Amino acid sequence: MEKKKHKSSVMERRKEVLAGLENLGGKIYDQMDKGSFPSLDMPSRSTDNIAYDEQLRQFILGDRRVRRSARNIRHVKPFTQLVWAALFSNELCSQRKTSTLRDVYYSAQAYEMTFKDQQESNNIITDLETILGFSREDFSIFPEERSAVFGDLTIEYTVPGYEGKKLDLTSHPDGVLIGPALTSSEFVKTSADKVIAIEKGGLFTRFIEERVHKKYNSILVLTSGQAPRATRHFIRRLSEELNLPVYIFTDGDPWGMHIAMVIISGSANAAHLRELNTPDAKWSGVWATDIVNYKLPTDPLDEVDMKRLFELQKDPRYKDPLWRREIKTFMKIRKKAEQEAFSRYGLTYIVDEYLPAKLEETK
Amino acid sequence: MAQTTFEEISAADFFYRNRDIAGFTNPSRAIFVAIRELVENSLDAAESHRIPPDVYVRLSYEGEAGADTQIYKLRVEDNGIGVPPRHIPSAFGQILFGSKYKLKQQRGTFGLGGKMAILYGQITTHQPASIISSTGISKTYMYKLMIDIQRNRPLILDRKVLINKDMWRGTIVEFTLEGDYFRSMPKILDYFKQTAMVNPYANLTFVDPKGRLYKFARITKDMPAPPKETLPHPYGVDVELLQRLIQITPYKSMSEFLRYHFHRVGEITARKFLEFSALSPSKNPKKLTHEEIVRLMHMLKRYREFLPPDASCLSPLGEDLLKAGILKELKPEFVDVHQRKPATYAGHPFIIEVGIAYGGEIPKKGVFLVYRFANRIPLLYDEANDVSLRVISAMNWRRYRVLPDMPVAILVHICSTKVPYKTVGKEFIADRPEIRKEIANGLREVARQIQHFMSKREHVDRERKRLGVFSKYLPRIAEFSTKLAGKEKLPDVEKLLTSVKKYGEEEA
Repeated sequence: MEKKKHKSSVMERRKEVLAGLENLGGKIYDQMDKGSFPSLDMPSRSTDNIAYDEQLRQFILGDRRVRRSARNIRHVKPFTQLVWAALFSNELCSQRKTSTLRDVYYSAQAYEMTFKDQQESNNIITDLETILGFSREDFSIFPEERSAVFGDLTIEYTVPGYEGKKLDLTSHPDGVLIGPALTSSEFVKTSADKVIAIEKGGLFTRFIEERVHKKYNSILVLTSGQAPRATRHFIRRLSEELNLPVYIFTDGDPWGMHIAMVIISGSANAAHLRELNTPDAKWSGVWATDIVNYKLPTDPLDEVDMKRLFELQKDPRYKDPLWRREIKTFMKIRKKAEQEAFSRYGLTYIVDEYLPAKLEETK
Repeated sequence: MAQTTFEEISAADFFYRNRDIAGFTNPSRAIFVAIRELVENSLDAAESHRIPPDVYVRLSYEGEAGADTQIYKLRVEDNGIGVPPRHIPSAFGQILFGSKYKLKQQRGTFGLGGKMAILYGQITTHQPASIISSTGISKTYMYKLMIDIQRNRPLILDRKVLINKDMWRGTIVEFTLEGDYFRSMPKILDYFKQTAMVNPYANLTFVDPKGRLYKFARITKDMPAPPKETLPHPYGVDVELLQRLIQITPYKSMSEFLRYHFHRVGEITARKFLEFSALSPSKNPKKLTHEEIVRLMHMLKRYREFLPPDASCLSPLGEDLLKAGILKELKPEFVDVHQRKPATYAGHPFIIEVGIAYGGEIPKKGVFLVYRFANRIPLLYDEANDVSLRVISAMNWRRYRVLPDMPVAILVHICSTKVPYKTVGKEFIADRPEIRKEIANGLREVARQIQHFMSKREHVDRERKRLGVFSKYLPRIAEFSTKLAGKEKLPDVEKLLTSVKKYGEEEA
């Protein structure tokens, strides 16, 4: 492959983040230095200010803004927590250290900045994301949950101690964790021509065993259920920077369908963020119609599943004919099937028959 | 078959046999009651002539008596009006003799307490009592007395007349008695403290058997107006009283009889009442038959037009003195007092005075501290049965922003010519609807005041907390943003804090 056009996209982004944080500090400092109470504006994240943007194909925040002012007795504490969180992120980023949400909660205590609970500190981090427009992974704050990647892609680390070191992502048969080090690495080269995202670890391992990466020239990504933000961003980078089409395989139920949708169109919770979704990714299965066509063994949809389908039916992200058809089919057959259901036709059927058919169908 | 014998016993003998009813129930209670009765006599003796009382009480250890009891010598000195020498033997050695059988507010009511104490001392230690008194003339009289219990007569063992060079005036009573001071000590100290609270114009001194000195100093010489003696009110009479009045009356007509022997009865009222009860105004009261007397009593109670008794026979403490007394003994952060207008129950006038106090030396006990007084006597026993307690526990204190776990003291004082004690022990007030209502209204009044105080206090508290939040966080915002912006010098937050403070004061 050709050299990436933003070769140092990761370094660039870190510089932007650091500048944003310092700028935020300067803004607050200047207000105080002038003898006024510091305040900050940010878009409101309340549900009535979240709308689906057809152009961006993701949720975005509307025009309504809220003001956090240190003048307000109810704001002064969260305001302080926010400034602290910015300072903490600044230290993490500039020292090239990583942290987790849980870590943030405990670190605050060293600064005598106690959070009432984990939720309170999570909210403050979300505020910081909203103000600066970067996601918490950009501030070196990572979620606990980890997903994995496997395939012919060579990356170059940027984390301290590994700078310049390269890794071929086929080197480990369990795949490589999509953690802070991988997230912050640069893509060097790949021979793959597509990305296949898989919901479940069992199937991911089966695909590696069956050499799907070779047979179908692909990079395999394990989402481990609902894909963490770092993974969603990673998939987007694969799609954007390497220009690869993305195919998503989930269980054949409303929940699997939604895992695919969040990778494609993002979530309402992340309406204040950009570049987490991959609008051109495709949901390749398991569809409701696959359940019918492939005569898969099924379980009945329970009440919670049905309720979820009704919710999805009203969701603006589900307006395309394919999605509408699948929701309707689910409602009609009232059945669901897991990816493993293909095993009734033999262990390799899914790789040899189903996968190529679906890749072709959703191309 | 056993023969039933009938005999008459004297008043002294009666109380000797029934000393429980006067409060001498057990050795610890006895010592408390003895002190109380003598102190009250001393206060009355000074107050009746508007002399700010000085009362000195000394209890000294004389020897062991029983397993749990000791012999003590009790000495009570006052600066009261003194007892004329010819009355001294009877006043201290004859039960039911005295100056208190009048219709006005006074501490004791039976004229019994002081002599009961002496009688109790005599029967437990067989020692005479010594009485020294002067009315402020050039001589002082000293008697050594015992009571002839069977005949209810004083036995004079010794009598001395001393020269009173300093023109000293007052009375000293000294006698020995058996008791248990250490068990009664808490009540005795409570008694002095509470007495000091409602007698802020008195000096009270107590020296206990260990030689410890407790001094309750006066803070004012202002005293409440003394009560006036009054005639019985028509609603309060009974047949016995009517018969006695008829016996002694010099008046020859019903109309005059009513006018001159009853409170609130004038010429017109007497005429109207006699019409109402179909009695001839000119009828000689001494000619009334027994049946007519009974009927007269019923008619007196039934006639609705008598004015209620006036309160000149009462001597409430007054709001200023009550407040001064509470401030002196409890040193509270807040105090409010209220005096109700005079009211009556069953023909007896009464006045309720209440007070409420917060903080200071008032302890947090989980329940309100309740001080009860009747005619300026602290009531220390049987609190739970008292009408005040019932009224207090029926009130919704939360409404007044007061909770039992706060340091709150409530004071209720009833003054009356006849305090409706529920028992002979004179320790708690009966639940009469008229009295209950007055106490409730009085308490509501002071409760509203404490409510204002509490809301203001809460406001100040909130304001303090608010400032606390700003002064906690603003310096941190300054510190964090300075580091984040990569600056050296911290921005000045003092100005911001001052502006928050000013704003806060305007709000308050």
